[in-house]
Amino acid sequence: MITRTINFTLNGRPVSAEIAPHHNLVEMLQSQFALTGARESCGQGLCGCCTVLVDGKPVSGCLYLAAFTDGSDVVTIEHLGGPNALDPVQEAFIENGAFQCGYCTPGFILMAKALLDNHPQPNDDQIKDYLSGNLCRCGAYPEIVNAVKMAARKKKAGWTG
Amino acid sequence: MIVPAPGKQVGRSMPRLEARAKVSGRAEYTHTMRLPGMLTAKIFRSTVSHARIKSIDVTAARALPGVFGVYTGEDVRRVIPDPYYGPAFHDQPILALNKVHYIGEPVAVVLAADPHVADQAVQLIAADYQELPAVFDEIEAADDKVLVHEELKPASTFADLKHLKGRKGTNCALDFKLRRGDADKAFASAAHVFEHTFKTQKVLHLAFEPLVSVADYKDDGVTIYTASQGPSFVRTEIARLLGWPENRVRIKVPYLGGGYGSKLYIKMEALAVALSMLSRAPVKVALTIEEVFYTITKHPSTFRIKTGLDKDGHIVARQCTIWWNGGAYADIGPRVTQKSGFTACGPYDIDNVSIDSYALYTNLPPAGALRGFGIPQLVWSYESHTDMIARALRVDALEFRKKNLLRDGRPQATGTIVKDAAIEKVLDCIAERLNWKTPFDRGSGTLKRGRGLAIGLKAVISPTTSVAIVNIAGDGSVTVYCSTIDMGQGSDTAMAQIVGEVLNMAAETIRIVPRDTDVTPYDMGTLGSRSLFHMGHAVRIAAEDAKAKIMALAHEVGEPEGSNVALGELFRKKYGMQAGNIVGTGSYKPDYVPPDIATGLTPNATPFWMTAGSGAEVEVDTETGQLRILRLINVADVGNPINPKIVETQLSGAALMQLGFTLFEKMHIDAGQVTNASLADYKIPGIHDVPVMENETIEAWQSNGPFGAKGVGELATFGVSPAIANAIDDAVGVRLTELPLTAEAIFRALRTNAGIPLQDA
Repeated sequence: MITRTINFTLNGRPVSAEIAPHHNLVEMLQSQFALTGARESCGQGLCGCCTVLVDGKPVSGCLYLAAFTDGSDVVTIEHLGGPNALDPVQEAFIENGAFQCGYCTPGFILMAKALLDNHPQPNDDQIKDYLSGNLCRCGAYPEIVNAVKMAARKKKAGWTG
Repeated sequence: MIVPAPGKQVGRSMPRLEARAKVSGRAEYTHTMRLPGMLTAKIFRSTVSHARIKSIDVTAARALPGVFGVYTGEDVRRVIPDPYYGPAFHDQPILALNKVHYIGEPVAVVLAADPHVADQAVQLIAADYQELPAVFDEIEAADDKVLVHEELKPASTFADLKHLKGRKGTNCALDFKLRRGDADKAFASAAHVFEHTFKTQKVLHLAFEPLVSVADYKDDGVTIYTASQGPSFVRTEIARLLGWPENRVRIKVPYLGGGYGSKLYIKMEALAVALSMLSRAPVKVALTIEEVFYTITKHPSTFRIKTGLDKDGHIVARQCTIWWNGGAYADIGPRVTQKSGFTACGPYDIDNVSIDSYALYTNLPPAGALRGFGIPQLVWSYESHTDMIARALRVDALEFRKKNLLRDGRPQATGTIVKDAAIEKVLDCIAERLNWKTPFDRGSGTLKRGRGLAIGLKAVISPTTSVAIVNIAGDGSVTVYCSTIDMGQGSDTAMAQIVGEVLNMAAETIRIVPRDTDVTPYDMGTLGSRSLFHMGHAVRIAAEDAKAKIMALAHEVGEPEGSNVALGELFRKKYGMQAGNIVGTGSYKPDYVPPDIATGLTPNATPFWMTAGSGAEVEVDTETGQLRILRLINVADVGNPINPKIVETQLSGAALMQLGFTLFEKMHIDAGQVTNASLADYKIPGIHDVPVMENETIEAWQSNGPFGAKGVGELATFGVSPAIANAIDDAVGVRLTELPLTAEAIFRALRTNAGIPLQDA
């Protein structure tokens, strides 16, 4: 198997990884960095369970080749919040009961974070537009929409984490 | 960290215990688990519906560099001589033996360290089949002209399936029969008789964590990490297959990425164990979403229902015949057939009832339980039928229901007296929310509006057992051991709240240990909305046992009566240091009387009744058939909610799932081949599909429940489909009798009504 070494920033730290051309981002994160918050489900980039931020942009880690992350800034769900404080989006998801089984939750939270970075005070249409690429089989959508709105309020009120 | 206060725990909408782990991506799921030295399995599947296997050529696959091994059913037989499993029948081989019974059935497996290599090698396997006639439709299967299995092989796992005997020459795995009063005679003298037939389609659970098991076999024992809703059953079944005592089989289950019934009983576990035995290495069998379509689904059904009424509109007789399309292996289908059969005539007070419910084998992917154990299929049919009768008799659909409603203190069709079922309150609440008595905006032009309601009843499955342990450590901290699986329904949190209530402790401080059959005791399974009631009782009893032991310890160390000295202090007084344990145990199994085989009657069919319904307001575009849900109201009798917020999200989530099954979800099958096995081709509800939804709970104390509680996970699936179909009829006067209720189906019906039917596509 032909492999190559790539270098990138992972959750704020410089790292390198030995990858094959066909490896996707989820495989690399799980097998080489033991990061399991991004999970493959549909394998077609349709459910959003594998969402990862690459240079601030949400990508489907099951379709995104690991090789593409060479030289980029990669952020996974594990990077949000800290040991004593959660990100306002994470807090809002808990306070609104915006998940059940939790399998799709990291994807929703990262997508919501990307939304709030671009639209700090989103309206319902913007929320639904951003989150239409994330599916939740437990059907927590109403609570998720409320959580995103609450997170926007928390951020506006000057959450410092 | 804020330390929560003790005091009232039951009835608090506290966040889930595992909330932080889930939002930080750190909650553990089997699907992302890896063991050192682990091999990955990829499955070669049947491409024919029904055939004898002439040969399987694995030479090219075996020769591919990186392949550890390739195995067929015959290889499995070397390590597990009788490799057939299943909860109701031992009919499913770990890998196909001699015959294949559906397209997608596992035939061979490649093991490799690199999953991509295993995937590639699977493409190099070739099988030669001698094809046999196949049967796909449940009604055709009932004719027994094409037989799926030559001989039926019943298991004896469930007490209530005891009477299943090996039968030959039939596709019928169970025929449940209920006879109450004299339906024939009542029909003969009825003023009106109505008969309709309804159908449901094949759909599936689609839990986002696909089915997955990891087995690590050693000669002295096997450990299985698995996404399972029933670790105790898996343990029993694996022990049976290996001929081992249960204590050599260890099942560990972390959180589940959804279940909804798909991860019940035994799924990939036996294959993982067989492969670990053959390879002497840990083996992971992780399905893709596509493969889940070939593994477990929901029963399609055909329901013929006939109702007789007297001249005043009282239902005097009802005859129900249901054919359940169980696919190629029985899974839990026979139990679905029987248990849902109990209430097939609906929440109505009818003296003369005849019910026949048939579990049928066909050459399709197997069907099992999906959030309702057959009840949603039945409610769809009997509540559509109820509206059709009301419409034909020109009586109000609400009043017609109320006239015939089953009320507390009256015998249900099985003869069991109904108790603590707020059927009428649920119905009244739906009607009130819909403003049923006031005029309704019926739309204008090509956009017509209508409204409908529906209500269902379920007898929770019985008899089942739950066992729990409450362990208090030397510092007074509490750990709960129970095998109920938290797959998103919030059971860990609810159990902690119950134990906290008994022990006067904040639920947040109580730890629920991860499921591990080496430490967590027996539980029948996390299914059928049974856990909160059964395991709720078990943990309550265990906590009460621990509490009694605390009081005994206090007495022993000389504390005066009524002393509230800290728990840790009691242990220090007894042991001289922070040491020791108090262990409370509890087990719960409700009373039950099995139904008479000939009549289906029993004085005690269930420990509790579940009732819920929905109301819908819809708008139909008569030019296109497009349907818009304007409001969806879900009302359920939830007993006394232990955690009201979680209860509400259970109702909302169940209703949304059922909305998908109602409006668009359908497995398309062409000559036995599923043609839309992916999320690209099989649409499930997304964020844009959420209608304006109102969820209302009727809090009705369940007198025999733990703190008045009962299970709620399935409730909101009951009424959604018929409420919407009834609303469509109200809007545009067309009656759909088959799910899903697509724009095409509505448009075709509109054109047929107008006398200008569309040609078949």
